[in-house]
Amino acid sequence: MTTGTLDRTAAAVEVHDVHKWYGAHRVLNGIDLTVRPGEVTVILGPSGSGKSTLLRVVNHLEKPEVGYVSLDGEPIGVRRNGDRLKELSERAILAQRSRIGFVFQNFNLFPHLTVLDNVAAAPVATGRLSRPEADALARDLLARVGLADKAAAYPRQLSGGQQQRVAIARALALRPGVILFDEPTSALDPELVGEVLAVIKDLATSGTTLLIVTHEIGFAREVADRVVFMDGGRIVEQGPPSEVLDHPRHERTRDFLSKVL
Amino acid sequence: MSESPAAVSLVTAPPTDTPSRPVSAQRVQPLRRPGRWIATAVVLVLAAQFVHGLVTNPFYQWDRFGYWFLRPTILDGLLITLEVTAWSAVLGLLGGIVFALARLSGSPVLRAVSWTYVWALRSVPLIVVLLFLYNFSALYQTLSIGVPFGPAFVRFDESRLATDMAIAVVGLSLHESAYAAEVVRGGILSVDQGQHEAAAALGLPKGYQFRRIVFPQALRSITPNYVNQLINLIKSSSLVFYVSLLDLFGTAQSMGSTYPGDIVPLLLVVTVWYLILTSVVSVIQFYVERYYARGATRTLPPTPLQRLRAGLTDVRDRIRREAAV
Repeated sequence: MTTGTLDRTAAAVEVHDVHKWYGAHRVLNGIDLTVRPGEVTVILGPSGSGKSTLLRVVNHLEKPEVGYVSLDGEPIGVRRNGDRLKELSERAILAQRSRIGFVFQNFNLFPHLTVLDNVAAAPVATGRLSRPEADALARDLLARVGLADKAAAYPRQLSGGQQQRVAIARALALRPGVILFDEPTSALDPELVGEVLAVIKDLATSGTTLLIVTHEIGFAREVADRVVFMDGGRIVEQGPPSEVLDHPRHERTRDFLSKVL
Repeated sequence: MSESPAAVSLVTAPPTDTPSRPVSAQRVQPLRRPGRWIATAVVLVLAAQFVHGLVTNPFYQWDRFGYWFLRPTILDGLLITLEVTAWSAVLGLLGGIVFALARLSGSPVLRAVSWTYVWALRSVPLIVVLLFLYNFSALYQTLSIGVPFGPAFVRFDESRLATDMAIAVVGLSLHESAYAAEVVRGGILSVDQGQHEAAAALGLPKGYQFRRIVFPQALRSITPNYVNQLINLIKSSSLVFYVSLLDLFGTAQSMGSTYPGDIVPLLLVVTVWYLILTSVVSVIQFYVERYYARGATRTLPPTPLQRLRAGLTDVRDRIRREAAV
């Protein structure tokens, strides 16, 4: 990309011993994970294994009861107070979230705003850019995801694949250090999956830190620097795709892969 | 034509529009609906009878209706009705938003207070609320802002503050805000949870999330419900007559006691004015709803003019089709 406005520095993500309960059910059971800047991590696992929850803990949409996540060493949603962790104010958490992009399974575009406004809203609302600057950035980003001609459309006038590409542009507009993808292609018709994966692949090669929850094993093999396999709220194993996908060490991983491949 | 009565052949093509077979031979006859025609005729006769009675019955005294309809005293009353309604509609909606947000807040105290307010104000008849406020100055002679049981910082002389107009607006607004709170709450709840999450994930400031993301989407379902309330409010404003404010209804009522022979035409004047007000609100509602439908539907619903044009085109096409057959 030629525009300097799109530059962003990739961030490191560290998950420190995170535990999360829904009522009496423990969804995350002591997760430790280190993601280096620019690394592409794909999280695999059966449904209910806690992979989506882990992703939502990273940008503090879900609050862990124990443990914390840090972005470039800075704890998210909490601050250290001696040997304790104290919850941050809502305003502080919102400010931190704007450094973390999130792409939802169901896109969650704002249906009452045009595509351009969907992308340009956050930089303006958070006071980073003026309206004309944000509009220019939004047009650049829409061009990058191949939707320059859809700026004036409303989200419901687009196909699912187009909507998800707008959602990716919206996440990029804040120049996040890391982007989280929560099953970005699961709600799409099969023939639309490719166009979304192509955009994500483009991001992966441009050196952005990505955490991707997906069921697309082939895609994981292609773009992932590291594959993390989760089950029952724990990380069962992790490593480069050539190891985890081709020579899994654990029975549970082999079992899962044999079902999805 | 070599038609054989034998079984339908699957090999030969089905009959088509060849010159030898006129189109009319294959024309589908629409189902006859005699019941519908009879019902329509009955309703038309009844409607004609009603209009006939309305026009010719001397009971209505249309000449007196004409005399009163634009009398300055009636128009003054109409102005009071509009003023009371407009203030109460705006204050009621603002109050409703506050109570709806309190009801949806994380604080159990705010939730309980909001619930109790709605419960109480919906339970007490509006006329009772108004009469309470009317006698308020007798109950509390001064209003003061300060610490409960402690010193007061500011004092108001209540009798100066409480004009008839203020009492009417406060009473109607209190009543209205209780209903508006539920309308607004319903609207906010109708917005998909994913919208809240997306706004939070983008780190949008809390106020922005509500003003620009959640509330505009909630307005789509708030609008029809609130307009319903508003039309109710226009009519309820006639109760301010009981706190000695001469609105449209109050004026007609007092003129009626001065000119007892004109009560029926005066009531007709009031009826027609309320019909006009309600119609204006309904037209505004249509365009407000159309505005907030942006993005929710792929194409906006047609305006009445567009619909009329489409209807005419439709009729024209049908006539041409008939002519072709």
